Amino acid sequence: MTVSTVVFYLVVVVTIGSAMMVAFSRNIIYSAFSLLGTFAGVAGIYIFLGADFVAAVQLLIYVGGILVLVLFAVMLTHRITDVEITNRAAGRIPALIVVGVLVYLLVQTVRETPWAKAKEIVYADTTAKIGDLFLDTYLLPFELASLVLLAALIGAVVISRKEIKE
Amino acid sequence: MALSPNELSSYLVIGAILFSLGVFTVLTRRNAISVLMGVELILNSANINYVAFSHFGSGNADGQVYAIFVIMLAAAEAAVGLAIVLAIFQLFHTIEVEAAETLKE
Repeated sequence: MTVSTVVFYLVVVVTIGSAMMVAFSRNIIYSAFSLLGTFAGVAGIYIFLGADFVAAVQLLIYVGGILVLVLFAVMLTHRITDVEITNRAAGRIPALIVVGVLVYLLVQTVRETPWAKAKEIVYADTTAKIGDLFLDTYLLPFELASLVLLAALIGAVVISRKEIKE
Repeated sequence: MALSPNELSSYLVIGAILFSLGVFTVLTRRNAISVLMGVELILNSANINYVAFSHFGSGNADGQVYAIFVIMLAAAEAAVGLAIVLAIFQLFHTIEVEAAETLKE
């Protein structure tokens, strides 16, 4: 077992373990903080896949942005001092059955499909390649993305502001 | 089964497990913020598949570009979704998804 395999197992355990915390925890604060482990672990998996830029973006946007947003929403909508179960779950048994069948089918499909062997894996920096693709092949989606972000920004402000009635 | 960092199938299995946990979260939670957390898990699992296929497949960076688009849309979704959650909280003083059903009446 090489060092990289050990690190890989560590990253996978952190990712799956904290994802399970998100799914099963009875307290929403624990769920929200466990999301940190999942996002960071997924960033580690991206690094194993040689995607350095995507890993950095994952850390910046998910850990630095979305997670903080989720935590803000949790803090703004809950009285944290309440000791009651803040993260109610319903219909766990049927959901477990459905999800168990789903994961069995997915894993079985992945294992039985004869994936083509990777030719030769090269670890090169990808940032320049991604930049070229954004400004060349994917120029139109890239510009649309800026419009979507603007719309989301204005929409979020409009939806969440308090209405002042005269 | 053994996971190896040099095989495509191990990444796909990780993605499948994350996806299933996300679906479980969305199905069982009654709390709107938790449902959004489940959606984030599902988007992350899809992203792992994109990047894995890009790494083991053609070798060009197209899959990573798609992954960045997904991350961007997830950020927009989180902003709008949490704004809606806050608006629901102001209106109903709870964020249980069952409470916001006045349209049915």
